[in-house]
Amino acid sequence: METAGSPASPAPATTQPSWLAHWPEKLTRVPYWAFQRQDVYALEQERIFRGPAWHYLCLEADTPEPGDWRTTFVGDASVVVTRNAQGEIRAFENRCSHRGALICLDEKGKGKKDFSCVYHAWTYDLDGTLTGVAFQKGVKGKGGMAPDFKLSDHGPRKLRVSTMHGLVFGTFAHDGPSLDDYLGDEISRRIARVLEGRKPVVLARYTQALPNNWKLYVENVKDSYHASILHLFFTTFELNRLSQKGAIIVDESGGHHVSYSAIDRKERTAGQEYAQQNIRSESQYRLADPSLLSGFQEFDDDVTLQILTVFPTFVLQQIQNCVAIRQVVPRGVNESDLHWTILGFESDTPEQRLARLKQANLVGPAGFISMEDGCVGGFVQRGIAGAPDQRAVIEMGGAMAESSESRVTEASIRGFWKAWRAHMGIANPAPAAP
Amino acid sequence: MTGNTQAPDFQTLYFKISRALADYARCIDDDRLEEWPSFFVEDCLYKVTTADNHREGLEAGVIFANSRGMLSDRISALRQANIYERQSYRHLIGPPSILSFDSDGVRSESAFMVARIMRDGTTSLFATGRYLDSWRDADDVLRLKERIVVCDSSRIDTLMAIPL
Repeated sequence: METAGSPASPAPATTQPSWLAHWPEKLTRVPYWAFQRQDVYALEQERIFRGPAWHYLCLEADTPEPGDWRTTFVGDASVVVTRNAQGEIRAFENRCSHRGALICLDEKGKGKKDFSCVYHAWTYDLDGTLTGVAFQKGVKGKGGMAPDFKLSDHGPRKLRVSTMHGLVFGTFAHDGPSLDDYLGDEISRRIARVLEGRKPVVLARYTQALPNNWKLYVENVKDSYHASILHLFFTTFELNRLSQKGAIIVDESGGHHVSYSAIDRKERTAGQEYAQQNIRSESQYRLADPSLLSGFQEFDDDVTLQILTVFPTFVLQQIQNCVAIRQVVPRGVNESDLHWTILGFESDTPEQRLARLKQANLVGPAGFISMEDGCVGGFVQRGIAGAPDQRAVIEMGGAMAESSESRVTEASIRGFWKAWRAHMGIANPAPAAP
Repeated sequence: MTGNTQAPDFQTLYFKISRALADYARCIDDDRLEEWPSFFVEDCLYKVTTADNHREGLEAGVIFANSRGMLSDRISALRQANIYERQSYRHLIGPPSILSFDSDGVRSESAFMVARIMRDGTTSLFATGRYLDSWRDADDVLRLKERIVVCDSSRIDTLMAIPL
């Protein structure tokens, strides 16, 4: 648990279920019942969402002032994020410690001194500490809590909170790895590349309701093999005119990944003219208004696309100048919500801002290159309905979960399952001998 | 709207907007999507957003187009590039409220409900909301200078392929 980026299996709070023993030995096979069983879902909630993983909560900019608050989710758990009087970010379960009602009923607010549960007015400060119980001493000497009732013995569970480049992460595990250790250097650097030193501005938020198990969406984001096959927008309109190079990075735990592509300057000078001529003859389709993609040089490298995931459910996306956060929230075995936050930055010029608004057409439920990701998980969920005992074949690019210069690989999907297994208490195959 | 002398204009306008709204709905629901951009002027603004984003003044949309060309591109992408299950919409658009009209143009607001019919027959209420419209009267035909589609809900089921 202390080593960077490689969570050991936590001491199971429940006994090890018998079905875990039937998990395939290799990373290249995943039984479909993993997307169908309620007991798998319940154990994920315990060992991953309430276990030693870090979860994206919100932006630091979402609660800029003391008294600001916002609600979010860590798996099934509704969570309140606040900024307390000292200006520190705090997070706690949105669950009254009395009888379990939601403490906050709205998504956000400002100027709070404390939170009072509507049911029986149990009151909490901005740290989520119980500060008052209505009629604790009874009325006229009658009723009330027992004399030995202590406020300090009660309260919603608090999350450990840590921030990175404007992102707020939280975990229910107070003794697990730090956020820095959890992410590791490479992933942290790639987050910094997009967000460091800039003030984000939220340009839009919306939620895409996905008709599938949460893991099917996460697999899709990590799947660099499908991109040029399922998503035909760029190829149909011949928008990938520059030669691209790219790679995927899978961290040591397997759970985090980066897939990127960059302009290949060498290729470009070698054969650009020929390539352009050649490409023009291939397709009859052109954009009537190509300003959709007229972006600007935002980063001091040639990376045009960087998709980054943090296990289990956080995505940071840079597609040209379209920067967005995606948070996957499970909503039962067969459903999940994808929360999109489209970002600009305070330093944007009006022209740059307009470019972002146009490029936002690429993503989200109506996105030219991501609408398919909204339905393809449902195709799998429906396709496997009668086949719980069959298995997915995840063999492209070998059997391990390693970084790769080719994106024709499913290494980062295998990486996801490697991390999932570690959290769930399933032994992983030993690395191949050198 | 303001005085008796303008009453006939108002009635004509109301009729024209109502007709444009009905034709717009029929165009999409009949799957004549290639004709859809012709309801807009060349330098139009079409944006699909949510009530929350609209209230907070957040700029980006679920769909954002500031030219008729971008509308055409959306349709050719749907026809040629994007992959999604066969589906259709049924729009019900309420009568327009005319918010203002003067020499610069006309602004109206209309409520809508859109049902989505999937290829397997599943019919569901896909979106409700309002159209915030700005019209230009050209050659006796009203065209949209601006249509902001404000969806009541921020939660969109699976995907939004066909425009609202």
